[in-house]
Amino acid sequence: MITQTHYLVLSAALFMLGIVGVLTRRNIIIIFMSMELMLNAVNINLIAFSQQLGNVVGQVFAVFVICVAAAEAAVGLGIILAFYRNKETVNIDEMNLMRW
Amino acid sequence: MAEAVAFYIFAALILSFAVAVITAKSAVHSVLFLVADFLCVAGLYVMMQAQFLAVIQVMVYAGGIVVLYLFVVMLVNLKKPAEAYVHPRRLGRLGLVMSLAVFAELAAIATYGWLKPAGVGGALEAKNIEQVGRALYTDYLVPFEVASVLLLVAMVGAIVLAKREL
Repeated sequence: MITQTHYLVLSAALFMLGIVGVLTRRNIIIIFMSMELMLNAVNINLIAFSQQLGNVVGQVFAVFVICVAAAEAAVGLGIILAFYRNKETVNIDEMNLMRW
Repeated sequence: MAEAVAFYIFAALILSFAVAVITAKSAVHSVLFLVADFLCVAGLYVMMQAQFLAVIQVMVYAGGIVVLYLFVVMLVNLKKPAEAYVHPRRLGRLGLVMSLAVFAELAAIATYGWLKPAGVGGALEAKNIEQVGRALYTDYLVPFEVASVLLLVAMVGAIVLAKREL
């Protein structure tokens, strides 16, 4: 019997994998992908609660999360492209234009 | 029983693909593992009776966002790898804190599930798309419209950012 706890543990593990990716990788594109993993973990959480409570609102919020993720990916990748055109790098250690 | 088997297969696939995403040497390989991960998550959504979300996941994530990532990875094709220098002990303390956070989170979930066994709420009805659509267009109409404006703004912003000169 798969209970809600199973889904929550899976979601927590996926979220932590995303955080590990953000903290350990230096390539900003892979950092963005790790953020997508974290958003997916959040969606799993929302849908697990939606299923357990028998309420469809969690799925509606998951739709909004996906929408915001799409907007974030488009703008973020645009910023990466603009930055790469100027500095020829995607390494976040070299992204220090705004450092005082 | 079949549900448990499917859950464990999907969970193992999701976690191993996620590990592959964050450990792959090449960014292109990361993107491909990310597609596989999203497809497995869509399978999990079907298990959780969220068929509409599963279709959205496949179409928007695996079909749209990942293609965007792939385009950018191809455009930003580096001769030298992006991660030339990583200090080995640089994030050790942070890693310790994060793993303690995972442990605390799992312990909290486990104790909560043990103290209060999950009561069964009203079961989701079969007409998933109808329910989601009704909620989106009645109770959540204003957030829905705001989300559409957000997408428009993001589209204009992305074009402005990525264009060489206007």
